[in-house]
Amino acid sequence: MAGIRGYWTLAAAAIAFRLLLLLCFPKDLHLGSRPEVATPLTSLRRLAEGYWLKQASMSPYSGSMYHGSPLLLSFLGQLTIRRVEGRPPHFYCSLMFVVVDFITAILIRATGQKLLLSRHKSFQVLNLSKLVEASGTVNPGDFASLVYLWNPLTIVTCMGSSTSPVDNLMVVMAIYGACSRIAPLAAFGWVFATHLSLYPIILIVPVILLLGYGLDAPPSKLFLHKTSDASSSGALNQSPDKSGASKLTDNTIHTFSWVQVLHFVLWVFIWLCYVLLLSSISLEDVGGLSEMFRKTYGFILTVEDLSPNIGVLWYFFAEVFDFFRNFFLIVFHVNILFMILPLAIRLKHRSCFLAFVYIAISSMLKSYPSVGDSALYLGLLALFCNELADMHFSFFLFCGYIGVSLLSPVMHNLWIWRGTGNANFYFATGLAYACLQTVLVVESVSSMLKHDRMLRKLVKA
Amino acid sequence: MAVLRHSAAFPFLLLLALLICIPALVSGVWLNDDGGGVEEEGEQFSEELFLKPLPDRKVLAHFHFQSTVPPSAANGRHHHLFPKAIAQLVQKFQIKELELSFTQGRWNYESWGGSDPISSTNAKPPGVELWALFDLPVMEIDATWKDLTHALSGLFCASINFLESSTSYFAPSWAFRSNVSNLRYGALPREAVCTENLTPWLKLLPCRDKAGLASLLDRPSIYKGYYHSQRLQLTSTKSTGIVLKQTLTVVLKPDVQRNSAHSSLDKSIQPSWSVSSMFKKNVTGLCVPAKTSRIFFELETNMVVELEKLGYGDSWSNSIFDLSPNPVRVFKESNPLPGRSNSIIYEFINYSEHEPLDLGMKWKLPFIWSCSQAPFHVSRFLMGSGNERGSIAISLQSTESNKEFLAKSHGCNVQVLIFQVVPWYVKVYYHTLQVFIDGKPQSVSDVIEKIQVSPSEDKLFPGTLELMLRYPCSVQSVALTLDFDKGFLHIDEYPPDANQGFDIPSALVTFPNFHSSRSYVEDNFSINSPLLLKFQEKNVVRSYTEALLVPLTTPDFSMPYNVITFTCTVLALFFGSLLNVLRRRVGEEERLLNSKGNTTRIRLIPLLLSKFSSKLKGRTDGTPKSSSLLGSKFLLILVAVLAVLWHYISN
Repeated sequence: MAGIRGYWTLAAAAIAFRLLLLLCFPKDLHLGSRPEVATPLTSLRRLAEGYWLKQASMSPYSGSMYHGSPLLLSFLGQLTIRRVEGRPPHFYCSLMFVVVDFITAILIRATGQKLLLSRHKSFQVLNLSKLVEASGTVNPGDFASLVYLWNPLTIVTCMGSSTSPVDNLMVVMAIYGACSRIAPLAAFGWVFATHLSLYPIILIVPVILLLGYGLDAPPSKLFLHKTSDASSSGALNQSPDKSGASKLTDNTIHTFSWVQVLHFVLWVFIWLCYVLLLSSISLEDVGGLSEMFRKTYGFILTVEDLSPNIGVLWYFFAEVFDFFRNFFLIVFHVNILFMILPLAIRLKHRSCFLAFVYIAISSMLKSYPSVGDSALYLGLLALFCNELADMHFSFFLFCGYIGVSLLSPVMHNLWIWRGTGNANFYFATGLAYACLQTVLVVESVSSMLKHDRMLRKLVKA
Repeated sequence: MAVLRHSAAFPFLLLLALLICIPALVSGVWLNDDGGGVEEEGEQFSEELFLKPLPDRKVLAHFHFQSTVPPSAANGRHHHLFPKAIAQLVQKFQIKELELSFTQGRWNYESWGGSDPISSTNAKPPGVELWALFDLPVMEIDATWKDLTHALSGLFCASINFLESSTSYFAPSWAFRSNVSNLRYGALPREAVCTENLTPWLKLLPCRDKAGLASLLDRPSIYKGYYHSQRLQLTSTKSTGIVLKQTLTVVLKPDVQRNSAHSSLDKSIQPSWSVSSMFKKNVTGLCVPAKTSRIFFELETNMVVELEKLGYGDSWSNSIFDLSPNPVRVFKESNPLPGRSNSIIYEFINYSEHEPLDLGMKWKLPFIWSCSQAPFHVSRFLMGSGNERGSIAISLQSTESNKEFLAKSHGCNVQVLIFQVVPWYVKVYYHTLQVFIDGKPQSVSDVIEKIQVSPSEDKLFPGTLELMLRYPCSVQSVALTLDFDKGFLHIDEYPPDANQGFDIPSALVTFPNFHSSRSYVEDNFSINSPLLLKFQEKNVVRSYTEALLVPLTTPDFSMPYNVITFTCTVLALFFGSLLNVLRRRVGEEERLLNSKGNTTRIRLIPLLLSKFSSKLKGRTDGTPKSSSLLGSKFLLILVAVLAVLWHYISN
């Protein structure tokens, strides 16, 4: 139950480490132009170009350079202005991303604590307290937050000038808001995350489930089983606390709280109007909202930029015959959508985990993936360290991630800089990475289902 | 039969034609009788050749052919001298001005001159450059430009039609020409120039290359040169009609004629040359329709200065060199600054078929001079390595000529206009523009007076940068750098030899404060040579930079199928295994365990076989007798499958 000892020291050390990197290597890291870190959507260099164009009273989207949100432009643009002397141009942005990373970590921690509480509550209801004691629980909040902070991928993303820390913050904000049933916050996170990078739009399913059904819990069938048991035994024993517990389970499990969801929808509407209004104000003289949608969402959906990244789509669309292009665009995007419903049906009682799976799938199949996305879902994965304790292939996955993240820059260097390798080398690491993510998603889902099965067996026994 | 009928019809047709033509003929005669003035105003053609020794032992030959036609209303559709194709082009596309140049090699601004009229108007970037000014509403210009490129590409046997796509042409707003909106500019730096482009160009001349100066154009000798630029310039106005200027500028290196007496000096003496030795041909008579046919020879300013230092003045035959036939006339440049010697032009006219004019220059003593340079020497280069990113740098280095200018005026400012087009796959970050003055970084706003950027749009427009710099004359060097990312293209978008790289067209640098006009004093006659008149025009000094070659990364061109299969396999793996995990029933394991516990260990295949056989048995029992719902359904499906199969086989 107790948190990890020295959590705050470790978190502070992570922040200090970032600051140290920022101060010691102000110029020679060049992470901002790495394809693993900065995609055309999140590159801060492109943001600076967009800001410059906007200052020159042109549309920030003219020139196929900037594809991000206009709000980010007015928010971060000032910080990217080149100063003739002093700090390198992206210093202040990176400084801000350190803060953003810290907030994200705090929100993940809070989410984890909520998850832990609900887990204990449901185990108490199910008379499984011995399970909690036996497994020697780690506080998932502290653990996940530290995993997020100390993940090399997060550090690289934070140092390399890329706006994905902001995207990640919005996603985590949506999940935290939904977990703690703060509808305005959840709506804010969801709307902004969608506005920034489109893919979090699918998170509306877990967010609504979270708001409606509450936090992750064992399947409701178990509670029904238990309550029927309890009522029968309660009739015999007349024990007051058990009936109270059954009442509690009745409240938490069976009712889908429409009020919360309606509240959320209302707030989504408000925030949506707010975002659109702000965007249209900032793009008033230069282009308009239609250009914004075309250049941000259109750019994401049509995979126009074929520069290499850690995904597989860039090479696919650079090679595929033009007349198949539209077909495959549909196939790849529909693959994300196809998985929404089956996953939602099977994992509706574990909405937070569902959110993690959605994020992992979309970061695997998105058109311009970066390590920032992986940093997010790896951090969220650590929230379920207790449930996924007996996951298969975890060591293989760990080694795979390390291997790919070491090999991928090497292959990129061989191909782009030395000219001794070719594109296939780099694409191979991208394929390997996609396979690893596949295994991760599949294994985590299957072990979560197995965990539920085990609980059921324990309850029935 | 048809032939017979035609022959029968022929006299009638002839008669008809005569009847129709009589009034026209009469009126034509009457017009011609009206006086010499009309003849003066009619179509004219003149041919001129301009020769000039260059400091680096080479010779510049500049052919200038000019045809003019008065406003078309008077002349109708018929032309005597003027090429009909060009007249139609002008009429169809409503061209106000047009310039098309085919160039091979790079004009060497350092040793061939940068501020004289030839270099500022006739030095062109390598490949094809085309710009046109239309007399049309802005909406129609793009479509007209496309048609024009196709027409020109047919006319000159060149791939000018590649300029049709919107990624390769552009409308400069002020750096190319001041404030015009109906101008389009396009360049193809990689276009190879050869005789197939020269032949159609010569066809526009009234005598082709059969007579007159054009007969000098011996293909092997002119394509052997260091620089070859063939140009066509059109101006059309309502008042003056169409003026077509065709120029060909070549820089040739004369063969060294071994002279045993001066063997030790041979290396330092400039090689002697003559027209016949350079072109392997002689000027044999003039093109008869030509109004004037002249050859000019120029001693440039610095050369005259050096000669005067040695005390030879402007004589064409001195102890340093001899000009072989005596010139007819001498033009001296008149400079606003007194007490300075200026360039001299000698004119040669009197050649005929019987007495070919073999203009030659014979050097006797070593002689060194320098050419007149542009105020700043401009060069452009790429920085950085690798195929991911790089920077374009444009550097301006002050030259001697600028020092003279500086001596003239104090506290002055130099203005420089830079016009640069960058193809879309070179993704320039305009915010990274840096200016270095004398090697020190300078804040952009101090130096750049005016800037206009139109960023490139992927697969739609090229990016253009128009800059106006202003800095003090005392500055020795100015450098501009711009960072860019290299784009990645679809495999179909790469040209056949993708690993060679992609060309960025030359940037154009203009010095608006400096002009390359010359004025000549000639006592007896007014100057009526079109070439010298052109020299007198007030043109700004402009230099083109080098074309850049940017290597881009290539994907593996042989991989499409492999990439598609690999990617789809990974996707299928993901989709299949995730669905499999989700589909697995909760009670499945227990049931499996139960069945394992109950039954004896049955292998999978025997199990399947037994199931299958039992089904078959059931079916054979059931189908003939029973009319159960299941059986009938099965029958229906079977029939449908059979029908579909039959349909396929029969088709």
